[in-house]
Amino acid sequence: MPRRDDIHSIMVIGSGPIVIGQACEFDYSGTQACQVLRDEGYRVILVNSNPATIMTDPATADVTYVEPLDLGVVSEIIERERPDALLPTLGGQTALNLTMALVRAGVTQRFGVEVIGARPEAIETAENRELFKSAMADIGLGVPESGFAHDVDEALAIAQRIGWPIIIRPSYILGGAGTGIAEDDVALRRLAREGIAASPVGEILVERSIAGWKEFELEVMRDRHDNCVVVCSIENVDPMGVHTGDSVTVAPAQTLSDVEYQAMRDDAFAILRRVGVETGGSNVQFAVNPATGERLVIEMNPRVSRSSALASKATGFPIAKIAARLAVGYSLDEIVNDITKSTPASFEPVLDYVVTKIPRWAFEKLPGASSVLGTRMQSVGEVMAIGRNFAESLQKAIRSLEQGRAGFAAGPTREFADVDDETLWHRCEVATPERLYALHEVMWRGASVAEAAARTKIDPWFIDQMNEIVIRERELGAADVTTFDARTWRRYRQWGFSDAQVAAITGEELDRVAEARRAVAPVTYKTVDTCAAEFAAHTPYHYGTTEDETEVHPSSRDRVIILGSGPNRIGQGIEFDYCCVHASYVLREMGLESVMVNCNPETVSTDYSTSDRLYFEPLTPEDLAEVIAAEEAACVDGARVIGVIVSLGGQTPLKLAHSLDPSLVLGTPVAAIDAAEDRQRWSTLCRNLGLRQPPGDVAVTADEALAVAEQIGYPVLVRPSYVLGGRAMEIVYDATALGRVMRDLTGAHGALAREGGVSVTRPILLDRFLEDAIEVDVDAVRDTAGDVFVAGVMEHVEEAGIHSGDSACALPPQSLGDGIIATINQITSRIAEALGVVGLLNVQYAVKDDEVYVLEANPRASRTVPFVAKATGVALAQVAVRVMLGQSLAMLRDAGIVPAQTPRPPYVSVKEAVLPFNRFPAVDSILGPEMRSTGEVMGIGESFGIAFAKSQLAAGTGLPDGGQVFMSLADRDKVGGLELARQLVALGFTVAATVGTAGYLRANGVTVTTLVGKVGLATLGVDAVSLIGDGAVQLVINTPSGGVAKVDGALIRHASVTHGVPCLTTLSAGFAAARGIADTRQHGWRVRSLQDLHRQ
Amino acid sequence: MNRAPAALVLADGATFEGYAAGFLPASGVTSGEFVFNTALSGYQEVITDPSYAGQIISFTYPHIGNYGVSALDDEAARPWCEGLVARELSLSPSSWRAEGALEPFLVRHHVPAIVGVDTRRLTRHLRAHGALPGAFGHADLATVADAASRAVGTDGLDLVSSVSTMTPYARGDGARHVVAIDYGVKATMVRQLANRFRVSVVPASSTSADVLALEPDGVFLSNGPGDPAALARYVAEVEGLIGEVPLFGICLGHQLLANALGATTYKLPFGHHGSNHPVQDLTTGKIEVTAQNHNYAVDAGSLHRAVVTHRNLNDGVVEGLAVESERCFSVQYHPEAGPGPHDARYLFERFAALIERGRRTVV
Ligand SMILES: Nc1ncnc2c1ncn2[C@@H]1O[C@H](COP(=O)(O)OP(=O)(O)O)[C@@H](O)[C@H]1O
Ligand SMILES: Nc1ncnc2c1ncn2[C@@H]1O[C@H](COP(=O)(O)OP(=O)(O)O)[C@@H](O)[C@H]1O
Ligand SMILES: [Mg+2]
Ligand SMILES: [Mg+2]
Repeated sequence: MPRRDDIHSIMVIGSGPIVIGQACEFDYSGTQACQVLRDEGYRVILVNSNPATIMTDPATADVTYVEPLDLGVVSEIIERERPDALLPTLGGQTALNLTMALVRAGVTQRFGVEVIGARPEAIETAENRELFKSAMADIGLGVPESGFAHDVDEALAIAQRIGWPIIIRPSYILGGAGTGIAEDDVALRRLAREGIAASPVGEILVERSIAGWKEFELEVMRDRHDNCVVVCSIENVDPMGVHTGDSVTVAPAQTLSDVEYQAMRDDAFAILRRVGVETGGSNVQFAVNPATGERLVIEMNPRVSRSSALASKATGFPIAKIAARLAVGYSLDEIVNDITKSTPASFEPVLDYVVTKIPRWAFEKLPGASSVLGTRMQSVGEVMAIGRNFAESLQKAIRSLEQGRAGFAAGPTREFADVDDETLWHRCEVATPERLYALHEVMWRGASVAEAAARTKIDPWFIDQMNEIVIRERELGAADVTTFDARTWRRYRQWGFSDAQVAAITGEELDRVAEARRAVAPVTYKTVDTCAAEFAAHTPYHYGTTEDETEVHPSSRDRVIILGSGPNRIGQGIEFDYCCVHASYVLREMGLESVMVNCNPETVSTDYSTSDRLYFEPLTPEDLAEVIAAEEAACVDGARVIGVIVSLGGQTPLKLAHSLDPSLVLGTPVAAIDAAEDRQRWSTLCRNLGLRQPPGDVAVTADEALAVAEQIGYPVLVRPSYVLGGRAMEIVYDATALGRVMRDLTGAHGALAREGGVSVTRPILLDRFLEDAIEVDVDAVRDTAGDVFVAGVMEHVEEAGIHSGDSACALPPQSLGDGIIATINQITSRIAEALGVVGLLNVQYAVKDDEVYVLEANPRASRTVPFVAKATGVALAQVAVRVMLGQSLAMLRDAGIVPAQTPRPPYVSVKEAVLPFNRFPAVDSILGPEMRSTGEVMGIGESFGIAFAKSQLAAGTGLPDGGQVFMSLADRDKVGGLELARQLVALGFTVAATVGTAGYLRANGVTVTTLVGKVGLATLGVDAVSLIGDGAVQLVINTPSGGVAKVDGALIRHASVTHGVPCLTTLSAGFAAARGIADTRQHGWRVRSLQDLHRQ
Repeated sequence: MNRAPAALVLADGATFEGYAAGFLPASGVTSGEFVFNTALSGYQEVITDPSYAGQIISFTYPHIGNYGVSALDDEAARPWCEGLVARELSLSPSSWRAEGALEPFLVRHHVPAIVGVDTRRLTRHLRAHGALPGAFGHADLATVADAASRAVGTDGLDLVSSVSTMTPYARGDGARHVVAIDYGVKATMVRQLANRFRVSVVPASSTSADVLALEPDGVFLSNGPGDPAALARYVAEVEGLIGEVPLFGICLGHQLLANALGATTYKLPFGHHGSNHPVQDLTTGKIEVTAQNHNYAVDAGSLHRAVVTHRNLNDGVVEGLAVESERCFSVQYHPEAGPGPHDARYLFERFAALIERGRRTVV
């Protein structure tokens, strides 16, 4: 039976902000679902608090609510929209948990909303580990021996019964938060405590550890007629004990015989049936004992997941799309395979290539966090690479990571060269982001495959493949590549060696290598087609390898190549993917072919239906050159490659721009981009325009730096050029601190060694740090005619000094006078003019004592583009692309695509950053100029207060309506803090404060009910940490004293994070909170859809 | 490991580069009919499946041999295929089940192979031009090309007689007695039958009289290699069995039954070889993901006495037929699954049920 006609409107819940364990894979699946359901003619109502997604584009759903994913708020939306059905399986754990809450609260029942895709009972069975375990027992499947505990002693008792090692895993968690492996009582007590806290239901699973077993995942689908298929099998290179999200994984499984695979497949289907997933996709995880083949079930997720996104990209089988269709009544055989267009979806994809995924972590940005990988997911992004064999896909994946490595084989610059054997082995045995490269070194030193496998528990098959690469590396080192014939070149290409790698290994010049190789062994492009070429493919989803034939279809239409932003990382995330996807949309609208190049499997940009052609390739100069060549070769009847868009994907494409023929770069010329990044040229430009900048200069050596600092005066802000997200940026208050920072930045193994280091061409920038200045972000577009459209002016909540990516901001600005705003608009236009910007420009300002300082200008898409688009209703990225292709703003104004002047919406939008501190207990949650947020949320309201309050709730730390506020302020904040304290008291809060703060407040007539003493010694009043721990505090305001993070402060912030108490680290945020609480009380909240708001 | 350069040439002249692997024939060249198999796992079962007699198997999945070989996975005492084409042949397998690597196994059984080939291009070529005869080897290109031009396909050949068992043998100890006619039967098939019946496996040359003399409760017609049109002598014997006993046929057995029922078979462009073909059971509407291995198929239009029970959802090919009144049924695909998914093993239960029903009506 096809499409259900008894339902007409469907609510889809998104996954909220990008956090570790739940990233843009849910933008991909959610967007697909919305599109499919609309194609099927349903009215789609979307709720998601994340403004950076394609999913929350007003064009994606019929009705879009950018509102907190909170029981109360969503209930109100349901009451307003009265959807017939609710689809909870495409928004990750967040949507699943929220749906369960709605069901338990009786909301779905009260408004007659049917939960489709997965029945609540099924979700319950899969998510509640106790129910799941007994379900597995019912069907005779093994799970690791375990017991459930709700307190530490219970946990200990179970552990004694099962025996060590023991793994602790909380119920209802995401990304393995609060899980870990304990070897003894001490560790167990700690983990049990953390785990119980991490679990929303205060329950943990105490389980036999099978770390070291092989780990597999099956992506399975089932339809209402009980037809089941396996879409993809995934094998983890890192064995059990390392979270699948942190493991190098490979599709399809490499080391399972058919006998074992089919048995696993049977189990997976049995689990689906027992758990009761009637329709849709699920992810089932298995552990296999490498010595005996014994197979145990780890878990199943009754929804699309990170792995299903990977599986979709790895096979070309769009799981989310199909899951959405199944949810509305179709059966697998009633759905056609997008790619073959002739065969049904009721089959199992086969691959004729190998896919490797490698996660990307951000430990360099989280000082204090250990980089040891475990059962808690810690990565912030991932790359995927496709090759015709494992070695090729592994090496492509490594170069896709953009971490300065040309591949697995490192050539002369071996990073572990000077590590002694013992340490090296240790680096191989303990999983960390560097493990792969330590393995390379160990094989290079001649370790046997057997020993490496035994010590790492990584399957010997993978180790052997790595060893083969090392053998080829040795051969190459001794070879004269200029004499290589086609066969020989191919042989090395097929082991995954890039030209850059060959050049590094042989010491030959890169250009000569590339030339020699291209002459006889050009890259060919194959197609991902779900069927290993058994049927003709209609979907141009390509990957490069070096073989006989290329499958790119010639076409007579002009094309534009869009460079994506590669793996998600802190500072470069989904916002840029949003921009690239919009570029593709508008190009197609303009009748041009859009060609996407990217290597991030989580994104919408790598959905093969987003662009006319997708090249799933690493973003490196040589891979890009090959793609361009292939596209030019595929041009017929005078069609041409119009150009390459480098300004929408963040720093990644900008870095590549330098390798391109300048005439191919669309929009702002590379030279102008450099002019903005290069300090001298930038300062000169500002001087010529008579713009005020914080006094500053550049330095390469430490001495130069000290001299500069003396001259501009402390505090100074130190930062390298050509970085994003304030990478390695620090505020220093004196010479010693400056010396330390410079040493770290310039050192051979310093913070930037991998990212290219510091050099005369890439100097360090020193600025006078402006204290207590208001920061302002501006996004604008300039066309070839010189016309400028300022799309949005955002006022930051936190003062300058807190990275724009980490601070909340409001649109329209709240405290800036019209005069200042006019000045800002005018300066923005002049900068755009002076730089010769064609397309997007982002300028950051600091306003101090009514003086406007220019901090920096980025002639490219900024992180705030999607926020501005959603706050104003102007599709900014699309405007930029049209302009890059020569359309004028005037023309776009006439067409109604661009408003006459900067929109000033009658409502307020607040963007708030979401930080990963809850996953890194050891990291101080204080904000600074180095960006550390992983994602963002948006709050919209009639007043700033309400918008801010919504953004806080959306970010996971809703503001309290009363209770006790705990204040601990830096001296410079005491005066301002007094006012804040008065406001909060007026709102009915009682005040707790640390000695110093309390003294000042009391002296000024504020009653402090609780005096908080030094952490540890409660002599002078109660201990701050225990106060928070005991739940006696509902709001923490803790502003760190300048520079050095005070130990106590750190402890207080840590306690707040672990116990989920909102903790504000700046006064400005404190005042915003006070307004939020007041406005919420006075007016309450209303929910409004974007479509609604934009109509105003 | 350094392999000798080798070439692969198809009858239509298409040429591919690779390296010689496995058994190296003295002549330096091997010929046969090229077919591609899309299964991701189960290479050993495929290589030892007698239905591949006369054929050269090209695996579309690039890594072959990863988990080695195990006697447990043999579908016959020896491989019957002519050769093997792969992108990568794993030299050091990894599996607790492995008794050795695939390559020595190939050498031991005199199966030549060619590796490093752009197997995707080969697949696309066969998809476009149909299964083609050809040759490969490390001999000079001229020699290989010459062999390719003279290579013959499997059309019109009786390959059954060479792969069928010489002597009868027994398996299983079920209550009911099933005689399985071996046209090139797979071990997994015999195992599936033996799990349920007392099985007597007899040579393909057995006459219907020979078979009936064994007083079977049911007769099973096995899979096997080649062109059913060339097997009239076996068809004649099957005719003699229809109506006498419950019949169950698989693959070639299905085609022979169809012929015996007066239907005709035809050659598919490049056949079905893999583990992922969706088949719908028209009686229940359920979909099975099936293992398949055939180049010929039954012409639906020519089926007058039987009803079509199963269809391939990819291309509509007849996958199963039945004649209620005569208590016989058969499927084109491989419900025994060795390799492949287990979705269709219920058919052996159907056979058992048919046998029981058969007895009641007789009594
Ligand atoms: N019993 C166990 N012993 C050792 N490692 C385990 C065990 N169970 C799970 N793991 C590891 O922990 C990781 C996370 O566990 P999982 O149940 O999948 O949590 P999540 O829901 O976060 O994915 C798994 O990928 C696996 O590597
Ligand atoms: N002179 C300055 N005074 C005060 N704060 C500054 C100054 N320069 C930069 N900042 C702060 O540092 C943050 C990061 O600087 P920015 O140049 O924007 O780095 P990025 O290029 O990574 O965005 C800014 O958002 C701002 O808050
Ligand atoms: Mg998991
Ligand atoms: Mg900035």
